[in-house]
Amino acid sequence: MKTPGLNEWFGAAVKRKEDPALLRGEARFIDDIQLPGTLHAAFVRSPYAHARVGRIDKTAALATPGVHAVIVFEDLPDTVRERPLPLLVPHPALKQPFLPFSLVKDEACYAGEPVACVIADNRYIAEDAAQLVEVEYEPLAAVNDCRAALESSSSLVHLGSDSNIAARFPVKVGDTDRAFVGATHVFREKIYQHRGGPFFIECRGAVASYDTPTSTLTLYVASQGVHRLKRCMLEMFDVGDNEVRVVTPEVGGGFGPKGAFYPEYVNLSVAARMLGRPVKWIEDRRENFMATHQERDQYWDMEIAVDASARILGVRGQLIHETGAYVPWGIVLPWITATTVPGPYVIPNFKLDVLSVFTNKIQTTPVRGAGRPEAVVTMERLMDRVARELELDPAEVRRRNFIQPGQMPYNVGIIFRDGRPVTYDSGDYPACQAGALEAADYDGFRDRQQKARSEGRYIGIGISNAVEATGLGPYESATVRVATNGRIVCYTGATPQGQSHKTTLAQIVADQLGIDPHDVDVVTGDSSSVSLGIGTFAARTAVNAGSSVHVAAAAVADKAKKLAAGMMECLEEDLELSGGFVRLKGHPDVRKSLRELAVKSIGTPGFSMAGGLPPGLEHTAHFTPEQSTYSNGTHVAEVEVDIETGAVKILRFTVAHDCGRVINPLVVDGQVIGGVAHGVGNALFERMVYDDNAQPVSTNFGEYLLPLATDVPRVDLVHFETPSPLNPLGIKGAGEGGTIPAIAAIAGAVENALANFGVTISEVPITPQRIVELLGEHALGRTA
Amino acid sequence: MPDTREITLTVNGKEYRREVETRLTLADFLRHELGLTGTHVGCEHGVCGACTVLVEGRSARSCLMLAVQCDGLGVSTIEGLVEGGALSPLQQAMQDCHGLQCGFCTPGVLMTLTEFLREHTHPTEAEVREVLTGNLCRCTGYQGMVDAALLAAKRMRGEAA
Amino acid sequence: MKPAPFTYHDPRSTAETVDMLASLENARVLAGGQSLMPMMNFRFAMPDHLIDINKVAELAYVRVEDGTLRCGAMTRQRDLEYSNDIGARCPLLHEALAHVGHRQTRNRGTIGGSLCHLDPSAELLNVTALLGGTLHAASKRGVRDIAINDFAVGYMTTSLDPDELLAGVSLPLPGLGEGHAFVEFARRRGDFAIVACSALVGLERDGNIASARVALSGLSHRPLRPAAIERALVGQKPTADTFKAAAAEAGRIEAMADAYVTAEYRQHLARVMTYRALEQAASRAREKAYA
Repeated sequence: MKTPGLNEWFGAAVKRKEDPALLRGEARFIDDIQLPGTLHAAFVRSPYAHARVGRIDKTAALATPGVHAVIVFEDLPDTVRERPLPLLVPHPALKQPFLPFSLVKDEACYAGEPVACVIADNRYIAEDAAQLVEVEYEPLAAVNDCRAALESSSSLVHLGSDSNIAARFPVKVGDTDRAFVGATHVFREKIYQHRGGPFFIECRGAVASYDTPTSTLTLYVASQGVHRLKRCMLEMFDVGDNEVRVVTPEVGGGFGPKGAFYPEYVNLSVAARMLGRPVKWIEDRRENFMATHQERDQYWDMEIAVDASARILGVRGQLIHETGAYVPWGIVLPWITATTVPGPYVIPNFKLDVLSVFTNKIQTTPVRGAGRPEAVVTMERLMDRVARELELDPAEVRRRNFIQPGQMPYNVGIIFRDGRPVTYDSGDYPACQAGALEAADYDGFRDRQQKARSEGRYIGIGISNAVEATGLGPYESATVRVATNGRIVCYTGATPQGQSHKTTLAQIVADQLGIDPHDVDVVTGDSSSVSLGIGTFAARTAVNAGSSVHVAAAAVADKAKKLAAGMMECLEEDLELSGGFVRLKGHPDVRKSLRELAVKSIGTPGFSMAGGLPPGLEHTAHFTPEQSTYSNGTHVAEVEVDIETGAVKILRFTVAHDCGRVINPLVVDGQVIGGVAHGVGNALFERMVYDDNAQPVSTNFGEYLLPLATDVPRVDLVHFETPSPLNPLGIKGAGEGGTIPAIAAIAGAVENALANFGVTISEVPITPQRIVELLGEHALGRTA
Repeated sequence: MPDTREITLTVNGKEYRREVETRLTLADFLRHELGLTGTHVGCEHGVCGACTVLVEGRSARSCLMLAVQCDGLGVSTIEGLVEGGALSPLQQAMQDCHGLQCGFCTPGVLMTLTEFLREHTHPTEAEVREVLTGNLCRCTGYQGMVDAALLAAKRMRGEAA
Repeated sequence: MKPAPFTYHDPRSTAETVDMLASLENARVLAGGQSLMPMMNFRFAMPDHLIDINKVAELAYVRVEDGTLRCGAMTRQRDLEYSNDIGARCPLLHEALAHVGHRQTRNRGTIGGSLCHLDPSAELLNVTALLGGTLHAASKRGVRDIAINDFAVGYMTTSLDPDELLAGVSLPLPGLGEGHAFVEFARRRGDFAIVACSALVGLERDGNIASARVALSGLSHRPLRPAAIERALVGQKPTADTFKAAAAEAGRIEAMADAYVTAEYRQHLARVMTYRALEQAASRAREKAYA
C-alpha cells in the first residue's frame, strides 16, 4: 500500500488546519449557530437531590411575555414518556439499570434533574419564566455517599428499588486465596478518590431544528459522537433513519461527558416539532456543575502480597464505585478501572470485587482517563507501600515486577470491557521507566533532597507507570472521495473536540494520494455524511479513524492507478501519485489528474463502466480492531511541600510515553501535556463537594478549582515508539496518557517529600489542609 | 416593559448603534446583536476568561459588563486582531507553538496576551504564566500558549523568524 | 445565568447618585462589577434598580496629602497598582494588590467596590484595617466618616445605610521608618486568601520594637487587629522567639469554618502567616534603619 516517494506526511509536525479559523474567531461552536426564528430554552431543575415531584403550575410562566411553551413530562410524546434514555452498553451484571426519563416523571433523583423545559424568545426571558414555574416537591431522604449507601440503614436512592447496588462483579485471574496464604509480606491500603468533573470551557449545548421540506429533525449538538446520538434519537422517537440528522460543529472540549445522550436534547427536539421553530439550549456553568456527568467517588480497600524480594504474588481487594443516580454507560467505568489495576506488572493472582453503587448525585461516566487514573493511583500506592516497608528504592520495586518486552503479547488474564482478554500487544515497560528516570535525573535526586533539607525545604519524587487500553473498537468509519471537480474530501464518524483530526487524518490521506494535507477537507461530526460511526473518546480515533482513513485512501489511490492504467494504456506498477496526478514513473508529464479520473470513474450515461471497476473514485472503510491496543507511560513528578501551609509546588514533571507510531508529534505532545494538566487538577485541586443532603456545593469556578498557568508545570517529554501490531499504521492512542499516570506520580512525590514525618497519602486530591492535618505538630515548622 | 437604552459604541474600529435591553451583557451583545461570535462565554461569573475583550484598550471580562456600559467606548475583540487580513504575530505564534486545541478559551487568551505584549516587550515565562492566570484552559496545559507569547514577543522585537 | 430585569441608571455626579439612593427601592450600586455582576448573573442579587457609578468621574482619584493617602471609591485597582505615589509612600498596598484577582479583574475592580463587598479575606480591606483607615460615606444627608473597625457589621454586611454611597477612603500612611509585610495563603494565584496577614513594625534606635501593627484576615467576617498581640510586641527584640510567641497567640484566635476549610486550619495558617509577616516587616524595618 505504501508507494515510495509518498509517506512524507506521517510523522510530520504539520501545523493545524483548524487554527486559522479558531484564531480569527470565525470557527463555529454550537452557540454560534444562529438559525432564523430560533427560540431559547431554559430548564427548571430539581433543587432537591431526592424528591417526589407532584403538581406543576405553569400559569405564571406562560403568562410571561415572550414565553412560547412550558413542557413537563405529561406534554412529551408517547414514546418519550414510555422510554427512559437508552442504555448503550448493557451487561448481565447490571442488575438495576436505572436510567432517567427525559423529564422527571414523578421522582427526582439528583439535584439538577430536569423537571420542566421553558421555551422563550431569548434565554433571559426563559430564565425569568423558569423562576415562575411552581413545582410541588416532597423532599425525600438523599444518599450522598456510596459507602453509606451500602449500609442497611441507608435510604434508597430510587424508591421501590431492591437496594442501592447497580451492579456487582468480580475481575479476577489466578487464585488469590492461595497466593496470600503463606506470603512473606501482606500490606493493606485503603484509598479514597474524590469526585470531580470534566469542566470543559465550553458548556454543553444543542439546537434542534425541524426542516419541513425534507421532514428531517436536525440536532446540532456539541458532542463526541454523532452516530451514537442519532441512534439514541431513533430509540426515543421511533422515526425513520432518514428523519433524524445529528451534526456536531466545533466543540470546546469534551473529555468524555459530551459523548453521552442527555435528556435536554430530547426536550429541544420535542419543542422544535411542537413549535415549528428551531430551539436552542446552551448549558450555563451552574447547570454544568449539576447536569453534566462527572467521575468517581471511589473507595478502594486493597491488599498486596509480595515475597521477600518484593515480587508480587497477588493483589486483591474491593472497589466501591459511585455511579450516581443512573447508569447511562452501564458498568463501563468501573470495569475499565478494575482491569487497569495490574498495569505493567506481573500479577499472577488478582481479584477485585467491584460494586457500582447508586447515590443521589449526577451520574458518573468516563472523564479523561476513564477510571484508569484511579486504578493507577491504587496500584502505585501499593508499590510505594512495598518499597517503604521493605526499604527498597521505589524504582527498583517496580523494575523487579515489570512484564518484560520478551513476554509480549502478554495476556493479563482478566477480561476488558471490549469483551476480550486484556492482552498487551507491545511495549517496553522497563525501557520506558528507565527513560523517564534518566530524563528526570532520578539518580541525582538524593543529593537534591539533602540540599533542600539543609535549606529547610522538603522535596519529594514520585514515579508511576501505566498501561492503557486505547483504540477501542468496534470500528470507526471513513469515506475518502475525489469529487468530479477534483476536490478531495474525507468523511468520518470521528467527532473531535480539540484533537486535531482535521489535520492528522488529512496527513494520512495526503500520504496515500500524493497531495498536500491542505488539499483534502476532513469532514467530521455529521451523521448524514457517512452512515456508520462511533465517535471520539477513549483515545480511539488515531487508531480507528486513522486506520480506516488509511485503508480508504489507499483503496482510492489503487483505483486511481487502475483507471489511469486503463486510460494511459500502461501497467499499474509503472504509475505513481504525486501533486494531484497519477503519473508515469520517470515521465512525470505523462499523467492523468485526479479530477479526470474522478469524472471517468462515475461513468458516462449509456456506456458500461471501464475495466469492470465499481463506480466512483471513493472508498469507505471501517477498520475493526481485534482488540484494544495498549499504550504505556511513566511519569516522574518532583514536588516541594511547604510543611507550614501544606502547599504543593510541582518543580519538575517528566513523562516518558509510548503511543506507538505518531501521526503528528505536535498534536501528540499537546495531548500529553494537556492530559498532565488534568492530572495536576485531580491530584491537587479538583473536588466536587456535596453536602450531607447530596446538594452540590461547589457550583462555580471559585470553589471548584481548575489548575491555572501557574499550577501546571512545564512537562519534559521522552518519546518511545513501539508500533502496534494491531493496525496498519502501528498507532496507539495518545489522548489520555498524559492524565492516567500523573495523579499517582504527584501523590507519590508528596508522600516522599513528607516521608520523614511518617505521612502517607491515601486520598486524592490531596489538599494543603489535609497535608497540614497529616503533619500534625510538624506543620508548625518555624513557629514551633 | 423591558428597560432599554440606545447605545453607540465602536467595536474593532467600526461604529454600531443599537437599542438594547439594559441587562444585556456585553458578551451577549457582541455575540448575538452584532454576530461577532468570536468572543466566547464559558462561565458567566468572571473566572474562566474566555469572554475577555479589550475595553478602551484594557482587558475586561465581557460577561461582567453590560452592553449599556460601553456606550461611547471602544471595544476590541478577537475579530479585530488580524493585521491587513493576515494573522498578527501573536496569532501566528499561537499556531506555530500549538497553543490551542479546541480553541474555545483562545479568544480570551489572545485578548489578554495582546494587552500584555503591548506593555511587556521582554516578558519572562513567569510573567506570562502570571498574566494567564485569568484564563482557564482545559486542553493544552498552557505550555503551548506560554511558548507562543514568548515567541511573539521575540518576533515583535525583530529577534526571531 | 442571565441577570433578572432591572431599571438602569447612570448618574454623572455624587449628588445625582445619592439622590437616587434616597428615592429608589431595592437599588444596588454597580462599581467595577467584578463582585456584583457574578451575583446578578447567578440571580443571588436581583435589584430592581442598578445605579452604575462608572461615569461619576469625581469618585476616582488618588491623592497623597498630609501623610494620608486619599482614594476615591471608584479608583480602579489597576490605577492603584500603577500609582507612583503609592509605590513611593505605601509599597505595602502594592504588595497587597499583587494578590488581588487577576489583570482583567483589577482593570475594572475598584477599591470602593472591594471594601463594600466585604469579602472577609479581601486584601484591600485588610490593608485598610492595618492602616486604621476611615471610610467616607455620602448621602443626601451629608458625609459620614466611618472608622474601618465600625464598617463591617456582619458577614459581608456593611454599616452603610441604604441611602449611603461609599465615596472614598483615607488611609494614614505608614511611618517612614516602619517596615511592612503582606503575606497570604491562597489555593491558587489570584484566589481569595484563606488567611492573610499584614504587618507594620517600627524599631527603636536600640533595635527593639517600637511599634507593631498586625491585621489578620480570614478568621472572622472582618480583618482583626489583635490589640493584645500588638501591645505585647512593643519593647521586644525582633527575634524568632518574639515572632513565635506572637504567632502562637494569633493561632489561638477563634476562626470560622466552611465546607472547604476547617477552623483549625485557619488558626494554623494565622499562626504561620503572622510569623512570616512579622519576620518580614521587622527585617524591612531594619533595612530602613541602616539605610
